[in-house]
Amino acid sequence: MAIARFWREIKQRYKGIGVKCGNCGEIFFPPRDICPECRRESYKKMDEYELNGTGEVITYTRVEDPHPEFEDLCPYVMAIVEMDEGVRLTGHIVDVDYDDIEAGLEVEASMRKLGEDGPEGMIYYGYKFWPIDSRRGE
Amino acid sequence: MKTKDDVGIKGYAGYVPKYRIKPEEIGDCWGEDGKTMGRGLRVESKSVPSPDEDVVTISTQAAKWAMKRAGIKGEDLEAIYVGSESHPYAVKPTATIVAASIAASPHMTAADYEFACKAGTAAFQTCMGLVSSGMIENGMAIGADTSQGAPGDALEYTAAAGGAAYVIGSEDLLAKIKETVSYTTDTPDFWRREGEKYPQHGGRFTGKPAYFKHVTNCTKKLLERTGNEPDEYDYAVFHQPNGKFPVKAAKKLGFSKDQLEPGLLVTHIGNTYSGSVPLGLAATLDQAEPGDKIMVTSYGSGAGSDSFDIEVTENITDVKEKDVPTIEEVTSNEEFVPYSVYAKYRDKIEGGR
Ligand SMILES: [Zn+2]
Repeated sequence: MAIARFWREIKQRYKGIGVKCGNCGEIFFPPRDICPECRRESYKKMDEYELNGTGEVITYTRVEDPHPEFEDLCPYVMAIVEMDEGVRLTGHIVDVDYDDIEAGLEVEASMRKLGEDGPEGMIYYGYKFWPIDSRRGE
Repeated sequence: MKTKDDVGIKGYAGYVPKYRIKPEEIGDCWGEDGKTMGRGLRVESKSVPSPDEDVVTISTQAAKWAMKRAGIKGEDLEAIYVGSESHPYAVKPTATIVAASIAASPHMTAADYEFACKAGTAAFQTCMGLVSSGMIENGMAIGADTSQGAPGDALEYTAAAGGAAYVIGSEDLLAKIKETVSYTTDTPDFWRREGEKYPQHGGRFTGKPAYFKHVTNCTKKLLERTGNEPDEYDYAVFHQPNGKFPVKAAKKLGFSKDQLEPGLLVTHIGNTYSGSVPLGLAATLDQAEPGDKIMVTSYGSGAGSDSFDIEVTENITDVKEKDVPTIEEVTSNEEFVPYSVYAKYRDKIEGGR
């Protein structure tokens, strides 16, 4: 991953910061410059908007033949999560048995290591999801 | 050290990775009697970080929850100090990554601390000084580690992962820090040279002249300074390199096992190094009532101790109603792994150094 690109995306990767269209109120993640509905009306009205970090699993899959970077985590689970604000994100589901995951599972974003450029290179951090109940003794 | 009347804790929270390993699993791998080893150290299991967890991720989760309890936003923090001996980078601060992840940057000061297992309490004192002097309103002090023992070394039975974060301020305090004292000497009980993977330790040299000397002298000084007797405290938290040392030190000083009990986490999660005292204090605050008094003494090899005289306020009741998990809730989510999984995870962590 290019360091400059990662650095530009830190806000969205660490904090889940997207944008809200100042014209129609629609929320977008990742952020975009123009609202596809409002087009010119949304120009310079796309304001930063922080997702509250919780949502529910829409679909999920177990990855057994991973990207080399994720070998130590294998097998791991990737899911499409619909956030409370309505936007859909793709991310890892962590700290849960595959059998305990189902559509509708409530999850929460937490910062994890996404990868690194080898032992000498940069470490990349970003959000992954865990079941919202998993840290509440349930 | 002199403190103002109005400095203390506004919010706190801890985080411990989910995975655990038992001493017998580790012992089996090295042809040792792990069960007996664990019994001797009074450790039944220790926490193991997932390959995607490190001091940054542990600190960030604890910091988010501590802010929620304190009812503040990232921009309300003017200082962040992260104490650890396992910072992911040798050069590049953990504190800047944590600050970005909780939206505290850029109008703030930040730095990483290192002082073996007491780097977290050193961060407490720095924040207290900045708040007391009026330089800042709110600061964050974090102690967290993902520590390693060399394969086959006795440290491998206890070296664990976890951490806790504290918002230090002067208003809306859930606990006042009424006094702090330190005791610091040049003692070669434990070290890791730059570029080396694993620490070295002075064997038998780690007990009496190191842990016990510093912990007892520092605590005695605090008692002398405050005029308090051990039995005036409701709780006491000592650094927990194993389950034996804090109990022995407490007994020697005149504290009871009951006073230690709520904060004695080492038995199930192991030695979380810089996270040890901050997590022990967090677990104690989880149970505390308004007016309770807590005595805290950390220890870091090399060597030094910091002691704190803490008094819980009526705000503790409101703070407990916020939707933040207690230490008991966080640590009750556990999954035991065999040595093979532990080794895979551990190698990955080494690679990160
Ligand atoms: Zn729009």
